Amino acid sequence: MKLKTALLGAVAAFTLASAAHAERGSDGEVKIFYYQAVSTLNAYLSSGTKDVEAGSLVLEPLAGFDQDGNLFPRLAAEIPTAENGGISADQTQITWKLKDGLLWSDGTPVTSADVKFTWEYCTAPDGGCAQGAKYEGIKTIDTPDAQTVVITFEAPKPYPYQPFTGGTAPILQKAQFEACLGAAAASCTEQNSKPIGTGPFMVTDFKVNDVVTLEANPNYRDAAKPAFAKVTLKGGGDALAAASAVMETGEFDYAWNTQINPDQQAQMEAGGKGKFVNAFGTLVERIEINMTDPSADLPEGERSTVKHPHPILSDAKVRQAMSMAIDRQTLVDVGYGGAGRPTCNLVPAPAAYASDNTGCLTQDMEGAKKLLEEAGWVDTDGDGIREKDGKKLSILYQTTVNPVRQDFQALVKGWWNEAGIEVELKSIDPGVFFGGDAGSPDTFQKFYADVEMYANNFDGTDPEPYMAQYLCDKIPGPDNQWQGENINRFCDPAYDAMLKELSTTGDLTKRGDLVKKMNDMLTKDSNVIIPLVDRGRFSAQSNSLGGFVMNSWDTELWNAQDWTRVK
Amino acid sequence: MTDAVAPKRAAGPWAAVWAQFRRHRGAMAALILLGLLAAFVFIGPLLWRIDPNFIEKNTAKMFKMRNLAPSLAHPLGTDQLGRDMLARMMFGGRISLAVGTVAMLVAIFIGTTVGVLAGYFRRLDNWLMRLTDLFLALPLLPLLLVMMFLFRDAIAGVLGPRLGTFLLIVLAIGVTSWMQAARVVRGEVLALKEREFVLAARSIGTPDRRIILRHILPNVLSPVLVAATLGIAAAIITESVLSFLGLGFPPDFPTWGRLLYDGIGDIRTSPERVVWPGLAISLTVLSVNYIGDGLRDALDPRIRGR
Repeated sequence: MKLKTALLGAVAAFTLASAAHAERGSDGEVKIFYYQAVSTLNAYLSSGTKDVEAGSLVLEPLAGFDQDGNLFPRLAAEIPTAENGGISADQTQITWKLKDGLLWSDGTPVTSADVKFTWEYCTAPDGGCAQGAKYEGIKTIDTPDAQTVVITFEAPKPYPYQPFTGGTAPILQKAQFEACLGAAAASCTEQNSKPIGTGPFMVTDFKVNDVVTLEANPNYRDAAKPAFAKVTLKGGGDALAAASAVMETGEFDYAWNTQINPDQQAQMEAGGKGKFVNAFGTLVERIEINMTDPSADLPEGERSTVKHPHPILSDAKVRQAMSMAIDRQTLVDVGYGGAGRPTCNLVPAPAAYASDNTGCLTQDMEGAKKLLEEAGWVDTDGDGIREKDGKKLSILYQTTVNPVRQDFQALVKGWWNEAGIEVELKSIDPGVFFGGDAGSPDTFQKFYADVEMYANNFDGTDPEPYMAQYLCDKIPGPDNQWQGENINRFCDPAYDAMLKELSTTGDLTKRGDLVKKMNDMLTKDSNVIIPLVDRGRFSAQSNSLGGFVMNSWDTELWNAQDWTRVK
Repeated sequence: MTDAVAPKRAAGPWAAVWAQFRRHRGAMAALILLGLLAAFVFIGPLLWRIDPNFIEKNTAKMFKMRNLAPSLAHPLGTDQLGRDMLARMMFGGRISLAVGTVAMLVAIFIGTTVGVLAGYFRRLDNWLMRLTDLFLALPLLPLLLVMMFLFRDAIAGVLGPRLGTFLLIVLAIGVTSWMQAARVVRGEVLALKEREFVLAARSIGTPDRRIILRHILPNVLSPVLVAATLGIAAAIITESVLSFLGLGFPPDFPTWGRLLYDGIGDIRTSPERVVWPGLAISLTVLSVNYIGDGLRDALDPRIRGR
């Protein structure tokens, strides 16, 4: 009897839910919590995941990735392939067709000119486009008619789906952004905070680093969607507050990136108002080594630039020793529990691209000490810190304010101390650290520290743009408003050459081998990047939010148009 | 009659203050409590010799040492990385108390100077009080954040990260919390300078400097001391706020405020980790306030002896 009642109730709930489904805006308001507050909605001006994801509610690419990493059309009518004639035989051209009758949220039609303009916008000189890697190698974009976009690459492009796919490469409206090309990009505040888009929602109010309010886009292509009339996207606080707001108090429906420790995870789940959702993708928590000198003695504009190589960390042996001294399994057990696993790779997935590099998984403290001795760093005065030529082996280790990262800092500091390295810790507000503000000394791009720890990933399934971040010409500096993606200031002509080869190789196995080699160059060969933990995406979802599907290959808000209220 | 007064005078005015202070039970209890707290943080580490940042090297052991409840080996338990809470509380208290005291001294020095100058010299009054209003109108937390943001690296470069941060925090708190003291002192001085003994001093040609030092300052001592005690409490709390926002001391440098912040994450599983630093901050603030209360009563000659 009880079961029957429950089943009947479930059926009734379903009927109600599907009835509500049929109408746009019938499910009221959905509240989303991004504790790293959103600072812009224009993905091209921010390398912070939070900005890209928030922007994806409004701006859409031609195609996105589903939860399995497969491409699916968004603004495009279908995915171009060699079979349907969308990709030319010589692999230098891809032809996208837009869906019929697409409208911007202001009611004007979406045309191929907007797509072409987006490319021009991101490749304009001095624009500091943060997603430049997505548009590598494009020769021209032609628009034979209002629906058709023909992209011609400089060379055969074996993976031609980079431009205009995924949350990091959305289409901008030409009419709105026309005046924002090049150096004017960052000053177009109105445009960057209230972009006109094609997505399920449009911005009604934007308070920088605080709240974004959105409402259903009346011109969204599916008349029945989205089910929610309003979205409130709140920033501020920390991961724990975010998790608690969904799991315990139920104030929010979804909280992004609720990185909290394993004990707390169990505790929160007992709250019963929501559940944690995770998906393993390409997110790797890593320690990035600064190859340039961040010393405060250098004049502003020369700190952490290629003019001055790092006095200590330019030595590969020191970097290797630092990696060997770390016990990655302990980090996982303390910080992530089931939501993480130790890794030595920058590219841990998809399987075809993941190197079998596992050498770093066991800690080797004695080996680390030996390497430091070999490199000439010896503790001569008996204070436990090594010296060389009168200079102490002392480094500044920065990261964001986050309980797990502070625990990691304390543990890693302990191991490095044991190896004879003096470590000074610093923690920075995540909004500032990832904010990308060229005026702030504390952003991760400026890197005014010797090593820094954060997590990064690539969207989509092709690592080429991700690997392209480590090209010599992507080094951030004052000349490009500190917007480059080569955070380490790593520069190796051999690496650049391999990337060039990658961009012309069509065979998937060969591509896999190349990526693995490049991954090894950055990690086990040079230890410029010290990967620590492969992190699943870990967010909190309210039990009353229906239709949510976790995705590790695109933005987590990728299917916000399908979300409903479970009644 | 004169015989009866003479021994009292020989004992000096401070003896009378002390006698009166001792009668204030709350203040005496607070004084003892503060003394105990000070002994805990300054003498404690000499007896309890565990390094507050010590993490067990052996991983298997380290995992067993995490989140321990209070026991004989760790009277206040351990934190999420197996560090001894008692040692961290002692170390953290040193910083918190030092910040509170020094920041208060800075604030009181500025406040008294501005207050006395404004109250005594009519020409300066308007300017200085508008300056005080200006500071009162400034939103303090953003101002503190900007100060930390602008000067932290520069000062840390000269003095090292720890001393540099200490100095900056102390100065930042001092510079932003002198206004109440200045206003109170100015009010007192305005009333005092019309009193007969000041007029008398002036009539015999005593220079302003001497009048201020000899007649005015001793008489404004009571409001200054009260403001000072309140200032300590405010400074400890402000330091906690800065640590909480990641702009205080480096993350491996425990202060009571930071311990509180670190403990919040585990408030459900190990509530004592929040309780200890919270209790320490509350007790310090409370006892300092009571002492201030007692001092005010003791220093006021109209109440004294009643």
